[in-house]
Amino acid sequence: MSSETKQILTTDGIPLEASLKKAERKNKIKAFLLVAPLLLFLLITYIFPIGDMLMRSVDDKMVTEMLPKTFKSMEKWNGNEMPPEEVFKSFYLDFQKLVEEKRDGKLSTQLNYTKNGFKSILKKLRRKAKNFEEGNYKEQIMAVHKRWADIEYWLAIKRRAPAYTSSKYLKGIDMYKNEEGKIVNVEEDRRIHRILWLRTLEIAFFVTLLCFLMAYPIAHLLATLPMKYSNLLMICVLLPFWTSLLVRTASWMILLQQQGVVNDFFVMIGLVADDNRPEMMYNKTGTYVAMTQILLPFMVLPLYSVMKTISPSLMRAGKSLGGTPFVTFWKVYFPLTIPGIGAGCLLVFILAIGYYITPALVGGASGTLISNQIAFHMKSTLDWSFASAMGLMLLAGVLAIYWIYNKLVGIDNIKLG
Amino acid sequence: MALPKYTEPHYRIWHYVYIFICTCVFFFLIAPLFVIFPLSFNAEEFLSFSEGMKSLDPDAFSLRWYKDMIYGTKNPWGLAAKNSFIIAIFATLGSVLLGTVAALGLSSRHMPYKGLIMATLISPMIVPLIISGVAIFFFMAKAGLAATHTGIVLAHIILGTPFVVITVTATLSGFDHSVTRAASSLGSDPVNTFMKITLPLILPGVISGGLFAFVTSFDEVVVVLFLAGLENTTIPIQMWTGLREQLSPTILAVATCLIILSTLILVTAELLRRRSERLRGINR
Repeated sequence: MSSETKQILTTDGIPLEASLKKAERKNKIKAFLLVAPLLLFLLITYIFPIGDMLMRSVDDKMVTEMLPKTFKSMEKWNGNEMPPEEVFKSFYLDFQKLVEEKRDGKLSTQLNYTKNGFKSILKKLRRKAKNFEEGNYKEQIMAVHKRWADIEYWLAIKRRAPAYTSSKYLKGIDMYKNEEGKIVNVEEDRRIHRILWLRTLEIAFFVTLLCFLMAYPIAHLLATLPMKYSNLLMICVLLPFWTSLLVRTASWMILLQQQGVVNDFFVMIGLVADDNRPEMMYNKTGTYVAMTQILLPFMVLPLYSVMKTISPSLMRAGKSLGGTPFVTFWKVYFPLTIPGIGAGCLLVFILAIGYYITPALVGGASGTLISNQIAFHMKSTLDWSFASAMGLMLLAGVLAIYWIYNKLVGIDNIKLG
Repeated sequence: MALPKYTEPHYRIWHYVYIFICTCVFFFLIAPLFVIFPLSFNAEEFLSFSEGMKSLDPDAFSLRWYKDMIYGTKNPWGLAAKNSFIIAIFATLGSVLLGTVAALGLSSRHMPYKGLIMATLISPMIVPLIISGVAIFFFMAKAGLAATHTGIVLAHIILGTPFVVITVTATLSGFDHSVTRAASSLGSDPVNTFMKITLPLILPGVISGGLFAFVTSFDEVVVVLFLAGLENTTIPIQMWTGLREQLSPTILAVATCLIILSTLILVTAELLRRRSERLRGINR
């Protein structure tokens, strides 16, 4: 038999295979068109702006554009001794242009990020530069302030020549590129970010652990109680889940303050003296307590949904085979709940690692997390590129954790209670 | 939970310890919410129980903070509530519309690159809010939408759609596609089929996704803090400012109202979940 006779045709005379492919393609396009509006919307308003954060975090064109002549003439300078007259001359010309355009303030802010002490000497230079005579700029600039005769400051300017920089990322882990271009740690007493990263990890880890220890028994109780009781108790989990985050934080602020309910109770039962009430808020304790209670439902719900599917006859079988209740629990029940534990722990950990509101309100100085630092740079110092860099470092961490989550439970298994 | 008669004593003790632990955890979960309630009726300006309140003296209770919340001249709660509701309603409508349509496409077995697209669509839920806030702020600032209602509504649509996508895809996973084929074979056009057949069946999922989107928008503070100007203040922003500057009992009055609102939403969501399970024929 030849292949032509085997081919099945539709009523239109088109081969069935081609016709089927055409229909499939049509369906594919149809499905895609339904998703397209949301996908496009998110790409424009959300995904690309995250890419924009990436650009901002490495973008260093500002200084490059402000001192074009200086950087051009610096190319030939090896950096071993003071730069030649040509560099001083072009720096003077660039700087005069910036002063005319009133942009010298921005330059001094930017250069001060690289090395402290630029602000005052640039101000002094602006004052003195008006009376500069033509020629021999090197001598004239070096006479303005002794730091201008210090090669370190000229090397600092040179470091800002590239249009892209990794300095914001290095700053985020308390490192910087020194004069020789080597990556080194900042001085011991100025390492604030590493402490913050470690504290964020520590708080997220212990909050996850506390949530797990508290959620496991109640999820088990909810899953084993008869429906009519468990539905009632489920409200205790779902009501906080649906209640505004700020309301829950407010209630903890009332409870934990020095004249608050918890302290009143401690005084009443004689645990602490009335004039010696412990500080339970505006420190780590406050962050731990409030975050644990707020994130607890996110642990209970995945655990509950897994435990609900475990048949009680398995425990009975374990017992009838001679296991004590503890052994049956440990060997039969616990291993079956591991998917729920994984889901709950990673969910809580991801949420905790990026928490902002609660630590900002009850955390004080010692209980704030990396998110608070990002918000601080967005709103107060306006160093948006640094905020972007820190945000992306956090995002990379979260995505890594999320990737593990996806491997363990799968993206489709996110339960919303 | 009754123990069988033959239970050995040390397991009996363990059982009561277990019940005790569970009671403590439930107390820890729910009790903080109930502290707010009585304190919002405090006649005095303090945020702790006065002697009068402890002895249940009627004079120690008053509605003054509720009056302050509604009529207080300095209090922007009225404007904040109006803004919050307007923003939340439009954000919910937007999220439900975009999310449901996308979920229909995603549930089709012909959808190409399903995993990647799903991950993109629900990414605003996974990315920490502070990062979303920074990214959305950069976009809105460039588009000239910072400090406008439109900007905040768009931001909340971004944050709300993942919930709608997830709940609607979940509802559609148990959907019997032969009913839509039956409708088409009887001569119904796709739009008519969707409105008359598909939508009523997936409605519980759509509404519960909408509820999530509403609550997300109504309770959202991180992104709004970056975006809002004085004109766009919302309830969460006012609460945030109040909690940072000074805790006034008026905040507790507002908080009580919010707890009542969340109770209503909880009841609705629970009823919808049960109805949806019944419709999909999941018997438990």
